[in-house]
Amino acid sequence: MSALLEVDQLTIDARKDDGSLLPIVKGVSFNVQRGEVVALIGESGSGKTTIALSALGYTKPGLEFTGGEVRLEGRDVITMPSEEKRQLRGERVAYLAQSAAATFNPALTIGEQVTESAVLHGHFNQEEANQRAESLYHDLELPDPERLGKRYPHQVSGGQLQRLMAAMALCSKPDLLVLDEPTTALDVTTQIEVLKAFKSVIKQEGSAAIYVTHDLSVVAQIADHIVVLYAGDLQEHGISEQVINQPSHDYTRRLMAAVRPPPAAGQSDETTGEHRRDVPALEVKNILAGYGRKQHDGTPAITVLRDVHMAIERGHTVGVIGESGCGKSTLARVMSGLLPASKGDVLLDGEPLQPDLRNRSRNQLQKVQFVFQMADTALNPRQRIDQILGRPLEFYLELSGDAKRRRIAELLQMVDLPQEFAGRYPEELSGGQKQRVNLARALAASPEVLLCDEVISALDTIVGANVIELLKRLRRQTGVSFVFISHDLSTVASFADEIVVLYAGRVVEQGKTDHVLSPPYHPYTRLLISSVPELRVGWLEETMQTQEAQAGIDRVVKLTEIGCPFFDRCPLAIEGTCDREPPPIRDIGDGHTINCHRSKEEFVR
Amino acid sequence: MLQAILHRTGVGVATLIVVSVLIFVGTSVLPGDVAQIILGQMATPESLAALRTKLGIDQPAYIRYFMWLSDLMSGDLGVSKAGSGIGTIGTPISEMLYPRLMNTLRMAGVVSLVAIPLSLSLGLLAAMYPGTRLDRIVTFSTLSLISVPEFLVATFLVLILAVYLGWLPAIAYMSGNETGWQLIKALAMPTLTLVIVASSQIMRMTRATVLNVMSSPYIEMAILKGVPRKRIILRHALFNAIGPIVNVIALNLAYLVSGVVIVETIFAYPGLAKLMIDGVQTRDMPLVQACAMIFCATYIVLIFIADMATILSNPRLRHPK
Repeated sequence: MSALLEVDQLTIDARKDDGSLLPIVKGVSFNVQRGEVVALIGESGSGKTTIALSALGYTKPGLEFTGGEVRLEGRDVITMPSEEKRQLRGERVAYLAQSAAATFNPALTIGEQVTESAVLHGHFNQEEANQRAESLYHDLELPDPERLGKRYPHQVSGGQLQRLMAAMALCSKPDLLVLDEPTTALDVTTQIEVLKAFKSVIKQEGSAAIYVTHDLSVVAQIADHIVVLYAGDLQEHGISEQVINQPSHDYTRRLMAAVRPPPAAGQSDETTGEHRRDVPALEVKNILAGYGRKQHDGTPAITVLRDVHMAIERGHTVGVIGESGCGKSTLARVMSGLLPASKGDVLLDGEPLQPDLRNRSRNQLQKVQFVFQMADTALNPRQRIDQILGRPLEFYLELSGDAKRRRIAELLQMVDLPQEFAGRYPEELSGGQKQRVNLARALAASPEVLLCDEVISALDTIVGANVIELLKRLRRQTGVSFVFISHDLSTVASFADEIVVLYAGRVVEQGKTDHVLSPPYHPYTRLLISSVPELRVGWLEETMQTQEAQAGIDRVVKLTEIGCPFFDRCPLAIEGTCDREPPPIRDIGDGHTINCHRSKEEFVR
Repeated sequence: MLQAILHRTGVGVATLIVVSVLIFVGTSVLPGDVAQIILGQMATPESLAALRTKLGIDQPAYIRYFMWLSDLMSGDLGVSKAGSGIGTIGTPISEMLYPRLMNTLRMAGVVSLVAIPLSLSLGLLAAMYPGTRLDRIVTFSTLSLISVPEFLVATFLVLILAVYLGWLPAIAYMSGNETGWQLIKALAMPTLTLVIVASSQIMRMTRATVLNVMSSPYIEMAILKGVPRKRIILRHALFNAIGPIVNVIALNLAYLVSGVVIVETIFAYPGLAKLMIDGVQTRDMPLVQACAMIFCATYIVLIFIADMATILSNPRLRHPK
């Protein structure tokens, strides 16, 4: 029997403004058999998404098919008339995009969008489609399947939307699923739940799939075959276990090397004590902060952070981890003064800072700098790099003319960018380069504390690893203290001296990196660590058997005032205690604290 | 949701009150008063004072304001204070206003009946086939028509349709007893002018908003789900584009009520805007105030409706978490 999908010498070019063609995909061939999952893996720019979309006979605007064929059961989908393509899309080949939040139409109900394709193609009538959707919601373990269809996308969580997109793709029982980085934007705890749901549904429905990702650990869990791509060329193609265990190609090995090892103690570079002083560089005490209108007792309508203490020693790096919605970014905003805290103090060098940025002195502003997550939106697209870097130099250091130019050159050198970038605009740079400029902009102020909010989350594995190396070097060279916010435990483990684990706006554990990442754990820390995918086949199945996974994966984080916020997800929760009384702070020694009702001995189990 | 509506209503009422103060102050600081105009340059101070007392304009400003406001609330727009000869009290403003208001509303109604469906469908068509000849013709012609002042459009129409072709009368004066066909002929040219002016804007806004929505990921998703083009536009894109479109429609409707004085003058059409200009010329402040209040109220009501449509078309606002 021939393959379900045959990609045969496919070439795709981008048409540039001057009409010339730039090759994006350079003659790639592979097959997808029925019921088989093929992973396309590579960095951004490797053409993996472009190849995956060709299975639907579609290219992004600006791209053109220039050669080769993509045959679905022997029929070339590229040369198909557009009406036939329309019939095929959603019906025989279905697509799952990276960001479900952007892919669901905010104005239409979930039910309409999930069933739309199946009904339009005449696969089902509306009622049958609704039933099919409901049973898919069941299979994907979505809450309240009977009423889910009547809700709107903004009313469900990100992880749920991602699974709903799977339901949307599967509704008309397609032969082939195209999954484009479907778990990249998710928290680790949500990711394994979604992965598990995808895997079981794909198996149950017997459909084939193309799985696009840059994350090898994820691939190891789900793919039968792996296609490794680099710059539009196929590098290696083989059975998953073979590619992962005995990569034959250089690039694959590089890709494997950039995979961050699972978080464990003993990985972080020990920071030298040369920059130390008695007073912490930055300290927050008793912080209470949130959003919305202030109520009469001075607390905000929605309280996000509660009783947060932490100190950043000079030259040290404190990693802040937790799932989305736990208040990580809010904490950075409080430190920088972008969001004034309702209660509590922010101390810089032991001196209290005004809560609101507007009331801080220029000197204080200079010492705390923010590096935002999305370099794309943080850099003004209408300013050249030298203007972007020059502004803080003028404002804080009052540099101009030659002195300013020299400093800009130094800054570019510090972040490993060539000098000629000074005259370029952000859009001429790649994602990793933009993030370096973003970093250089913060460094231009010669700060004492850098607040890095998810600075490598949007970057590829290899690019991200390079940025981390750069940060480590900058830390050695400048003695700057870092607050490093990330949902990626592996990165934090390799970079931070101390770790603060936040859950629902409260600190649940903090201490030195090695202590936090080794037992005894807070149950939540344990859940986070056990959810990070490992680069080996079969990890997913094993992990799903553990009690942490069964108890607590992918629940919505609830902000509560009473008791322990982790109560409803905790495998060790004590009914009547954990839901009523705030957990005590247990001192494990050497500054390592765990906020839990359970004792030290009970954590180790 | 209900809270949002109440909030908007409150804001609307507050705006109206602020506007009424501004109108009152604005008309009060204008030099000269009605008594002076009625009695002429040669009037003695005594007779001026007597007339001022009679007209109630010798009271302090805030008292006059509240008297005016309470009259306004009870539907009494006051009495015209000019053009009625020495010593007599003029016609009630409502009597002067009513036929003019009807004329204006009739014109606005006819124009919107033509302009809104026309511009929406042309805008959508242009957005459905961007870069095609149809799109370029629509974009180019609307841009040209927006840039040409309305009096020029009107003058060209008169030149072509009335002078050269002789199909339509050059003016649209209403005597009040026109029959159907005459009425249509009389209204045709001002309507056409206003349709051109109003539709260009709505069309461009529709095209721009829908095109913007068309580049969002959920539209690409709809394409990849095999949704037909027509359904993508009408079901997926239009719903997300309603807010800006409704707002530009509301602004254009408000313009049709209050801003068409030039067109009314060119065609000698007896509408409300022209009445207000006449009021300004004769320093008939109560008339100016009444017209200004009607115009402002129209704006506020239309914007309120547009806001409501925006809220209703957005499930995030309709069903907060």
